[in-house]
Parts: sequence; structure tokens; C-alpha cells
Amino acid sequence: MRIRIAPAIIDCDQPIFYKTQKRSRLRSMEAYTVDKVDRALLTGNEAIARACLDAGVELGAGYPGTPSTEILESFSAMGGRAQWAPNEKVATEVGLGVAFGNGAAVVTMKHVGLNVAADTLYTATHTGVTGALVLVVADDPGMHSSQNEQDTRRHAIASGTPVLEPADSQEAYDYMFEALEMSHKWGTPVILRTTTRVNHSRSIVTLNPRRLSMGEPFFKHDRRSRVMVPGNARPAHKRMRQRLSDIGAWSEQCSLNRVLEGGSDLGIIASGVAAMHAREAAPGARLLKLGASYPPPIEKIREFAAGVKRCLVVEEGDPVMFELCRVAGVMVEGKPEMYRFGELDVNRVRRIVAGDTSPESSAPGGKPPQLCQGCPHRATFDILHRNDMIVSGDIGCYTLGVMPPYEALDSCVCMGAAIGVGLGLRHVLPEAQARRVVSVIGDSTFVHSGITGLAEMVYNPPSTGHVVVILDNGITAMTGMQEHPGTGRRLDHSPTGRVVYEDLARAMGVPNVVVIDPQKDPAGLERAILNAVAKNELWVIIARSPCILVVKSIRQYEKEALEKKNTGGKQE
Amino acid sequence: MERTTNIVIAGLGGQGIITASDVLSDAAFLDGNDVKKAEVHGMSQRGGFVTSDVRYGRLVLSPMVPVGEADFLVVFDASQIESARHMLGKGGRFLQASAIDTASLPAAKALNVALMGMLSVFLDISESAWQEAIRRNLPEKLHDINFRTFEIGRQAGEKEKNHA
Repeated sequence: MRIRIAPAIIDCDQPIFYKTQKRSRLRSMEAYTVDKVDRALLTGNEAIARACLDAGVELGAGYPGTPSTEILESFSAMGGRAQWAPNEKVATEVGLGVAFGNGAAVVTMKHVGLNVAADTLYTATHTGVTGALVLVVADDPGMHSSQNEQDTRRHAIASGTPVLEPADSQEAYDYMFEALEMSHKWGTPVILRTTTRVNHSRSIVTLNPRRLSMGEPFFKHDRRSRVMVPGNARPAHKRMRQRLSDIGAWSEQCSLNRVLEGGSDLGIIASGVAAMHAREAAPGARLLKLGASYPPPIEKIREFAAGVKRCLVVEEGDPVMFELCRVAGVMVEGKPEMYRFGELDVNRVRRIVAGDTSPESSAPGGKPPQLCQGCPHRATFDILHRNDMIVSGDIGCYTLGVMPPYEALDSCVCMGAAIGVGLGLRHVLPEAQARRVVSVIGDSTFVHSGITGLAEMVYNPPSTGHVVVILDNGITAMTGMQEHPGTGRRLDHSPTGRVVYEDLARAMGVPNVVVIDPQKDPAGLERAILNAVAKNELWVIIARSPCILVVKSIRQYEKEALEKKNTGGKQE
Repeated sequence: MERTTNIVIAGLGGQGIITASDVLSDAAFLDGNDVKKAEVHGMSQRGGFVTSDVRYGRLVLSPMVPVGEADFLVVFDASQIESARHMLGKGGRFLQASAIDTASLPAAKALNVALMGMLSVFLDISESAWQEAIRRNLPEKLHDINFRTFEIGRQAGEKEKNHA
């Protein structure tokens, strides 16, 4: 027996004793199937996946997005059923279906993914669920790998969805169980809101598996609850508000919201990783750590604020908790506006506590990322650059086409925007400029949100026509090589049905569709693009060449699939 | 151990920084410490600047090493020193790849493990924990190469230590 220290319990002064005999193997696949694991050093994403496995989640669905991507990959590697959807909206709908059938579903996405899934969520809080539906939504304050800094709690409040906010991997694991149980108990979707530093940080998790007790999946007609025609939706809205009020009352007593002792001069209200920064930055302060942050335990907050001389809300992102407190008449102090931007850390929380609003020294920038040597997108951007095209871009590795030497990207807004924005530019620009507008969109992004853009192009063609280049490198590369419906392989790389872009574009009524390999035939690609922009026609040019980081793996997947097929054939 | 030990590893995407910090954090974990490790994935995968923070001790709160409070800064790529230097605390130790004769390594790619070997000289983590961490975090066929590489790094570390 030797001393091991309790992780995660941030007010714990007492060491806890652990047995050393049982250790998890960390990174290999066996790590997850060897049973009786006591503790493991897991990322937040792995901890969430492990909780899904331990709880018996029937289905994990999602769309890759940093920093959320590894949740479903880990869940699948551990033996769970996980699948990539074309986008977050579809993933949420699949999850809702599972939950209507009394199953437990987890849907993962990054913060901007919730914008896509919002349409489903805002009414799913009205229909409610029978089983369990938890949306794990990963915010990216500081925008390490995102196009904006939006705060998921805004969506939660607007849609009436309860929120849990873990602060490290242990809490990610524990709160995932809690979220599933809450969802089932109250019959509502629940958001587990994480941030980059929770998803991607590694810390110690003591595993404490418990199965959900929900019974088997079944279907029961419940049209009043689930068919949201106005006559049903009106009472459903009232039920949703009542439910939130009930959860708010529960939240007052909930163990996830707790006070960590400290002096009465300063009280800090914090959630998520900000609570860790706060405890370190101001160890002498009393801390109200909110794990179940929406609906907020307002009476608990009121009592806490009344017991300290100065009550400060330390939160990452928007001043959401600050506003909720103020609206309820609790006169807390918020952070200065400058701390709304970027991540918090220990130093910044020290400054917030000190009321320091002097300019912050900015960290020197390191080498920026760029398109890999040998990346097939390079050839395409070289052509677009040399021919001075106006390039309506999109989200993915190829956004790096904006970097020197190409500087061949003129806009990047959200998934799928390349096509719509390109069409808008074509509609309004003088002809000579309009002709130079080209939309570039990656293969995964195209399936996610580009198909409706293509419908728009066919339906409302600009007078100069338009050219869409699908940069098809055969994988969702930016997020770390995930499969999608255009690859013909599932999340675990096994073969499945495939959406064929050239067939799809033709079937949608695009008259000119060509497929060219930008690596092998850059001259041909250049001719095709120049020819297309010279005509008043609609073109889809598919620049197809696999991502150099994935060529070898794809060959391996195909070989395995073929072997499986062949042995399967023999057995028959 | 009362104090938290703060280590920042910096370099370029593709240099094995994440693996190095996995080995380090796992070794600290196996030795009974509380451990947290933070890094940012995503854009950094495309050859850009990457840092990984590892903190261990009795109780670790924030997963990120506060700027200017690193006890050790390990830089894998000379071009990135200026980008990382501000992380190092007063009296902190700066370790860099140039202290290792890469020609002596069994494999150039193992530089990350060599640097962990060098770092290990300065840390209170047991040798058995390091070995187990290498075993757990690297593929089996690379174990021998990496044990040897780690030892080469250790020797370089002893030299560094005696210099100071």
C-alpha cells in the first residue's frame, strides 16, 4: 500500500489510499477492455467516453469538431456503438430518435455544431425524451481551432436545456453519468458543456461505473408530447418551463453545486475549468463551484453572496452567470470586459481578482500551421493564386490556403458557406469580377452543409454561372482523419454505403461535373477551372486526391475490407 | 512533495511532443502523484507551434502552467525557443535538443524520448515509473529502442546537471 492522492476533489486536504496492484494500461485498446481498472490518467474526452461505456449508452453520434472529436472515437475503441453523422443536426435527430425509443444517446459536437443542431434542440426540449439524450458540446474559448468564441450556455438558456459543467476529467466522467440520469429522470435533453482545457487535458479519473436503470428500448405512442403542432406545442412549452423550474429547485440541493471553504472577504462563483484556475489563483477565497450551472441554484447563490464581503463571478466566455445573478437581484461583481476574450488561466484570474485592467502582455506567436508538404490542396491553391481568383472558402485544412505563399482564400465563415457566399458574390459583382469567383469546399464539409448550397446553385444560378471546387481528399482531415459519408467507411473504418459526389451533383441538375486528380494532373485541373470560369455555366469540379497523411491507412482499411469480404464469401 | 512541479514542453507539430508529455505525465502518475496535463490539438497538427504543459505534485488544480512559472522548459526545436521562453519561471531550468547528440540516437524520431531522459535527471520520478510509462505509451516493437534512447538522454542530462 502506498499513498495516492485524490484527484479532482479540489477542496480535499486528506490523501486517499489506493491499491497499487491494479493499474490501467493507458493508451492501448486493451486499456479499456481489461476490467477492474481503478484509476486512469484520461483526457476529458476519454473520461466522457468511458462513462458512456460504463453507463450503457446505446448510441453515440456526432460530427467531428475540435476539441470534441475524440469522444466518439474513444467510445468506439472501447467497444461502444458510435457513428459519425453528416452533421450535428442529423446526429441530434438520430439521438432524439434513440431517446424516444427509451434508449440512451450521446451526441457530441463543438460549440458551432450546436448552431447546426439548434433547430432540433429548441423543439426537443418541448417534446422531451423517454430514454436519455445528452449533448456534449465543447466550447473553444480563445479559439484554438475555431472560427468564433460563442458560449454554449447562451443556447442552453434560449432552448431551455439544463447544463452541467465539468472542471476536469474526473468530473467529466462523473457528470456524464449525472447528465444521463438527469435526462431520463426529468425527460429532457441535457447539455454537458466542456471547454478545450477540459476535453484535451489529462487528469486522474477514479472509475466508478454504474449502469443506467432505464429498462429496454420500447415504443409507446405519445403524439401529444412528440407531434409539435401548435395545439400540442403550447402546453409543451409550459411543461418545459415548469420542468426547468423544478430542476432549478433540485439544483439548490444538488451536490454538484458546492461551497469550498475560504475566508469571507472574497467569494468566487465559478464553473468548469475556471473554478480550478480560481482555486489556484485565490486559495484563500470561498468558492461556490457550480457543476449544475443552468438552471442556476439562485437561492444558494444569494446566500453565498450574502455571506462574503465581495462576491465575484469568474467565468470563461460570456458573462452568462453574472447576468443570471443580476437578473435575480444578486449584486455580484463580474469580470472586466477584457476577460471576455480568450481563455482564462491562473494569471488572468489573479488579475480579475485584483481588478487589474492594465494591458496584458501578449505571448510571442510560434510558427503558424500550414498545408502539409505534399498536400493535394497545394496544387489547387497554386492555380487559384496564380490566376487571381476570388475564392469563397470554407472550414477545414484547406482554410490554410489563406496562408502564404497562396493567400488564395477570401472568406471563411461557417460550414458550407463557401457555396452560398460564392453565389451571392456572383449575383452582385460586376461581370469581370463575378467571373473570377470560385467556391472551394472540402469533401466532409460538402456533405455536412454543402449539398443545400448546390441546390441553391441549380435553383438560382447567377448569370455568369458558378464554379464549385470540391477539395476531395477522402477524409475529414483537419480534425484528425475522421470518416464521413463520402468515404464509404464508418467511424471504425469498416466499409459501408458511400455518397458519390459526382453522381449526386449530376442528379441534382448540375450540367458540368468533372473529376480531376490535382496531384497527377495539375495542368488538367487548371485548364478545367479556367474553362469553367470563362463560361456562363454551372460547374462542379471535384479535385480528388487523398490526404497524404491518410493514404497508407486507407490502403490498409481497403485491404482489410477485401479480406473480410473474401473470407465471408468462402464461408458461404 | 508539497509543491507542484511545472513543466512545459514546446516545439513543432510532428516532433512527438504529445507522446513525450504522455510518457512524462504517466510516469508522474505511476509514482503516485496527482497529475494534470494540458495541450491544444487541432491547428497545431499542421506543423505549427505546439506546447504541452505537465503539472504534478500533491494536488494539482489548473491544468495549465501559469506563464512565467515553469520549473522546466523543454524545447524540441531551436526555432521555437523565443516563442516559449516566456513560460519559464525565475530560476527555472531550460533544456533544449541541442544538448543531445542526435547522431548517437538509435532513431532520430526518438528525440522526444531522449529529451524526457534528459529531463528525468532533474525530476523526482522513479526510474521504474519512467520505464513503465514508456512501455504503456509506445508500441512494443519500439520499447528497446526507446529504453536505450532514454538512457542516452539521461547521460546528456547528467552532463547538463554537472555543468550548472
